[in-house]
Amino acid sequence: MSANKTITTAPSLADIGGPRQPLITAKDLTCHFPVRAGILAPKKVVRAVDGIDFTIAKGETLGVVGESGCGKSTTARLLIGLVPITGGKIIYDGQELNADLSLRDLRRGVQMVFQDSFASLNPRMTIEETIAFGPKVNGVPQAEALAIARDLLDRIGLDPARFAGRYPHELSGGQRQRVNIGRALAMRPRLLILDEAVSALDKSVEAQVLNLLEDLRRDFDLTYMFISHDLNVVRFISDRLMVMYLGEVVEVGPAEALYHKQAHPYTAALFSAMPSMDPDARTQVPPLAGDPPNPIDPPSGCRFHTRCPLAKSVCSSLKPRAITLNEGHQVACHLHDPASGYEEVAA
Amino acid sequence: MSALVEIEDLTVRFSGERTVHALNGVSLSVEKGEVVALLGESGSGKSVTLKSLMQLLPGKRTKIGGKIAFDGRDVLKLKGRELANFRGPEVAMIFQDPSLALDPVYAIGTQIAETVMRHEGLSRPDANARALDMLKRVRIPSPERRLSNYPHEMSGGMRQRAMIALALACGPRLLLADEPTTALDATVQMQVLLLLRELQQEMGMSVIFVTHDIGVAVEIADRVAVMYAGTIVETGTIAEIIKDPRHPYTKGLLAANLHGAVKGARLDAIPGAPPTLEEPPTSCPFAPRCPVAMAACHAARPPLISKGPGRAVACILEAESVL
Repeated sequence: MSANKTITTAPSLADIGGPRQPLITAKDLTCHFPVRAGILAPKKVVRAVDGIDFTIAKGETLGVVGESGCGKSTTARLLIGLVPITGGKIIYDGQELNADLSLRDLRRGVQMVFQDSFASLNPRMTIEETIAFGPKVNGVPQAEALAIARDLLDRIGLDPARFAGRYPHELSGGQRQRVNIGRALAMRPRLLILDEAVSALDKSVEAQVLNLLEDLRRDFDLTYMFISHDLNVVRFISDRLMVMYLGEVVEVGPAEALYHKQAHPYTAALFSAMPSMDPDARTQVPPLAGDPPNPIDPPSGCRFHTRCPLAKSVCSSLKPRAITLNEGHQVACHLHDPASGYEEVAA
Repeated sequence: MSALVEIEDLTVRFSGERTVHALNGVSLSVEKGEVVALLGESGSGKSVTLKSLMQLLPGKRTKIGGKIAFDGRDVLKLKGRELANFRGPEVAMIFQDPSLALDPVYAIGTQIAETVMRHEGLSRPDANARALDMLKRVRIPSPERRLSNYPHEMSGGMRQRAMIALALACGPRLLLADEPTTALDATVQMQVLLLLRELQQEMGMSVIFVTHDIGVAVEIADRVAVMYAGTIVETGTIAEIIKDPRHPYTKGLLAANLHGAVKGARLDAIPGAPPTLEEPPTSCPFAPRCPVAMAACHAARPPLISKGPGRAVACILEAESVL
């Protein structure tokens, strides 16, 4: 029984490497989905995530942005083992997944909240049972699991006396998303992945949930990976931003710095696609033409070169390296790489 | 005034398992060539307003009161052939999800051609030429090839453009846009907004644009009507709404947009949730969530107080500031 106690009172996976060791390190992480084709047709794959490296430090919030199909959600799902890893490594607090750490153990430390608050709750369970389910499956006695659930309901702003016995359909969208957050926290995770978790909520409710997330981060000492397409929201909640395009990371840097000055042309385009909020200064030129290319057959060289306003011949032939601009600010663009030959073409 | 659309005290009530008072006295006028945004959260009655303009609400379960005049004609009285001729050449609508609005078993070109053949009696070759012209106007790349594409062969942004082409094929005088850019990526959303703005000016049509995103309204609208619980709480030009919001709900919405919000700061969230509207509101519907509500707010519905041409606020605080 003493083993069960650790789940309820302390983080299920205790801090091992100290504060300087990243909570998550992804190395050359890859996820390819096979595409069904004819018997004789060559085998094709969707390169959903194609060899990305990143870290998430303890206690920080990493915002992930990019257009649909860029691999944000797949990256999140890889971290929690919802899709199979094609290649690369995930290291959780110094322990490599499938080598030092089983998937089951990883999932105690990493939990996820999805966009669709209704689809991610069991319609036949009361919300109290839903929140208590995770701990119960992991060996916490029924009474104790229910106590955890009631405590969490209180913390997520739903009065247990009024709400504990309700079913998901009896709640509003914002309340359901609070339950999903509570359900995720019942396992006392250290990393919470929020995949468009506030995107489906109305603006006024979204602000409430963002406030709640900020409170919970403090109270539970959490680390967030926050996926969203709304750059205003991402800026508000993130310490660092990771920008993805067609399965690759194009830029990583401090959120505030990136908000003011973007190094990669794609990041710049994303930010210029934000509505101006000034009726006298409406956007006049579309930030980008067309849609992202097909990830089954991504463009050669820099994957963004087909839509990039600054592309030159080198961009279509040579894959850009990640260049460090400042402390913690990296960009994969020939524009910033003196050795790439981009400037010579210009001359 | 040359108002194209005149909505007067429109009420919509849905019956069924539970009664919902979706609209509770909405009055709105849209001038010729004007773009009006209906801004509000889910359940505020934006889409219901649009759908009643085209009589798209389920007849049996819906009770509609009030008046809708389109260029002097009573829209709510249209029936049968008259209604069919009204939809398309006079008023067209575009939706959030083009894959549900387009027919999956017909090619895009066929769908557009069929529409103009039915409404304008064109021959098939002429109709096909019109379809091609429409695809060019919505800037679909290689339009000749796209004519024979089915909806599932196109990307989301492309499908949205195709739906716009279909809606505008008969040159409607009023376009109803129900969150047409909400499901799109930010970069594609901006492309579609710019396209709509351009087409609106080119064709000189009026547009009622429903959105929950104030940023989108800024990009497209001349005037904004903010909706809450089936009522219009504030109207004004987009600049007035952004720079000088008067209704507490509008102020809350602007704060919740997070534009320029700094990390770590606490957000001024509006507490609570919108009312369920099982009963028609007898007091200010926003009063339970309002930070400045007074006893009078809970006693009666606030009148819509006019603040000059096209500017009105439904809040009793505005009445006092006039006195």
